[in-house]
Amino acid sequence: MTNNLEEVPMTTTAERQAVLTAANTAPDKDWVIVTRGLCREYDMGGEIVRALRGVDLAIRRNEYVAIMGPSGSGKSTLMNTIGCLDTPNSGEYWLNGQKASEMKDDQLARVRNKEIGFVFQTFNLLPRATALANVELPLVYAGVPSAERHARAKEALERVQLDKRMGHRPNELSGGQRQRVAIARALVNRPSILLADEPTGNLDSTTSEEIMRVFEELANQGQTVIMVTHEPDIAAHARRVVVLRDGVIASDDRRENFTAKLGL
Amino acid sequence: MKFFEAVRLAFHTIRVQKLKSFFTALGVCIGVMFLITVVSIVEGMGKYMENELVGKLIAINSFELRHRPSINVGDVSRETWLEYNRRPRILESDVEPVVAALPTDALWAMYSNGSIQVESSFGKPRSAQVTAFDGQYLEIKKLGVTSGRSFSQVDISTGTSVVVIGPDLAKRLFPDLNAVDRQVKIGGRYYTVIGVGESLGSAFGMSFDNYVYAPFRSPVHRLLNPGAHQIDGMIVQVATAEALPDAQEAVRGVMRARHQLRPAQKDNFVLETSDTALEFWNKIKSYLVLAGIALPAIGLVVGAIVIMNIMLVAVAERTHEIGIRKALGAKRRDILLQFMIEASTLSTFGAAMGIALGALGAYAIRTLTPMPTYVAPWSIVVGVLIGAGVGIISGVYPASRASLLDPVTALRQE
Ligand SMILES: Nc1ncnc2c1ncn2[C@@H]1O[C@H](COP(=O)(O)OP(=O)(O)O)[C@@H](O)[C@H]1O
Ligand SMILES: [Mg+2]
Repeated sequence: MTNNLEEVPMTTTAERQAVLTAANTAPDKDWVIVTRGLCREYDMGGEIVRALRGVDLAIRRNEYVAIMGPSGSGKSTLMNTIGCLDTPNSGEYWLNGQKASEMKDDQLARVRNKEIGFVFQTFNLLPRATALANVELPLVYAGVPSAERHARAKEALERVQLDKRMGHRPNELSGGQRQRVAIARALVNRPSILLADEPTGNLDSTTSEEIMRVFEELANQGQTVIMVTHEPDIAAHARRVVVLRDGVIASDDRRENFTAKLGL
Repeated sequence: MKFFEAVRLAFHTIRVQKLKSFFTALGVCIGVMFLITVVSIVEGMGKYMENELVGKLIAINSFELRHRPSINVGDVSRETWLEYNRRPRILESDVEPVVAALPTDALWAMYSNGSIQVESSFGKPRSAQVTAFDGQYLEIKKLGVTSGRSFSQVDISTGTSVVVIGPDLAKRLFPDLNAVDRQVKIGGRYYTVIGVGESLGSAFGMSFDNYVYAPFRSPVHRLLNPGAHQIDGMIVQVATAEALPDAQEAVRGVMRARHQLRPAQKDNFVLETSDTALEFWNKIKSYLVLAGIALPAIGLVVGAIVIMNIMLVAVAERTHEIGIRKALGAKRRDILLQFMIEASTLSTFGAAMGIALGALGAYAIRTLTPMPTYVAPWSIVVGVLIGAGVGIISGVYPASRASLLDPVTALRQE
């Protein structure tokens, strides 16, 4: 595994501990994400499924973090909550020093639009819109005028080497290309964090490698990246690895220690 | 998001989802078309009855003095019927005092009528509606002649044996011939046809053009009213609608005095206005209107169910789309605006098509069947409101519900 993440910064356990124990206080803006005792429960017809049971997680700007864990451990639930796509039942969630867990609908919409770029396992592109139109969408909701929108969407597609395909619809693109469109869409509004929930889950290994190189490059350029995966060799691309088990964080360590534990 | 962007998004969706858009517009179109066509039939019959039938057969600002009603609204009990038969008849001698009580500009006539066999040497004998009158009967009824001449003052006052006959009767009695100056035989006596009258039309296959008019003092009168000096009634027409009640009161006073009624006793004669006939028609019309509302309502409900179902099929897909849009930062307002524009565009288009096809349907019925139709403006308004309402609600309501969901929940639907 050759990668070059040494420039990507990483927080120490002590730094994180300090931020996480200061309950009900706004963290420094440099901490893009701080969750304290985050819980999410689902009511499945009377039976309560506890997907998150108190997650304490702190991520500073420019970090590249992988979230791992067995299936059903709560990885997606955590990502959706961080991405403001889902609301926690209890606990604090601070995004860029602002309490997202208490935001109203329209504020959340603004945050999703401006602060978060989300890449899904299933791409979630609009099937009947071209690659360019898909990438433009966040800018439409940001109220960017159409000429600037076009230029910025094209630029984002260039960053993922897809500018030649911008007139194509999703069904005219390969899986890897679709995911590149999704990444371009996530980046187009210059979000403070890029979230990816198993972005390579639907791709073959060669394509996965390509996509991982895109994330790696973005991380090297200073983009804060949080990525969920259950494949250790994908996680090995990250600088820091968080392991979830039964809705709580089982370990949170630098990638080298993690891969050593697994014998990679 | 700017309004223009919402319009652009909505139109994009309409364009790319052609089939769904088509069916939504079609649903609204069918509902509106059905409503307009059915209402046009009901309204057409109504207009026909009021303008053609009631308007022609019953003169405006007029009333008739009769001993019993000519039209009965609803059922008449046996007792009422017996009472009608006990009433004194209107007499020729009543006419002069009644006329004396009328305003000078009023027109009046007395008449007797009945159905009598009429013969000629050229066609089969035929039963006709024969009226013997004195006064300005034809002026009040606004009935002119299309060939020959009408009655002269001398004809009326001396009772010459002349008649004006209806166009249908003329055609039957004198096929391919000019009826004027030929003879008809009524009750064994000959009468000269001096003119053929205008057509009164027909309703529901029944012709009103089998009529015969003759001077009151001609021998025909004895066939119509065997009792000496009896008449069937008088008709009075005043200049304005406002003058009608006073004239009626005057006639009532004269007749009550002549029949020596005490104040406590009820009238033993009737003063029938065109309202009585209109009332009769309105009663029929109320059933028609009820049908005219019930039938399209059923049509619209069916149409609405169709639209709702089309929408519901699309909801899962649209919910997913809403999830994507919300995940990218769309506010609830943005979603609602987009869907509102989309649904109202389709509904308006569908409603416009529905109006066009509904009017076309009404025209087709009018030309291909004997049923008269009239596209009522109110039915267009109601059709558009209901059709567009159903279309917009069925388009916006599911979107409104989906836009309340957390993006993850919306995204989970596929
Ligand atoms: N919408 C939901 N309704 C009910 N249970 C859910 C829902 N989403 C997730 N869960 C449950 O929460 C737990 C965590 O799920 P998830 O976060 O998807 O795990 P992972 O992504 O790690 O596989 C699982 O037990 C899952 O069944
Ligand atoms: Mg998952």
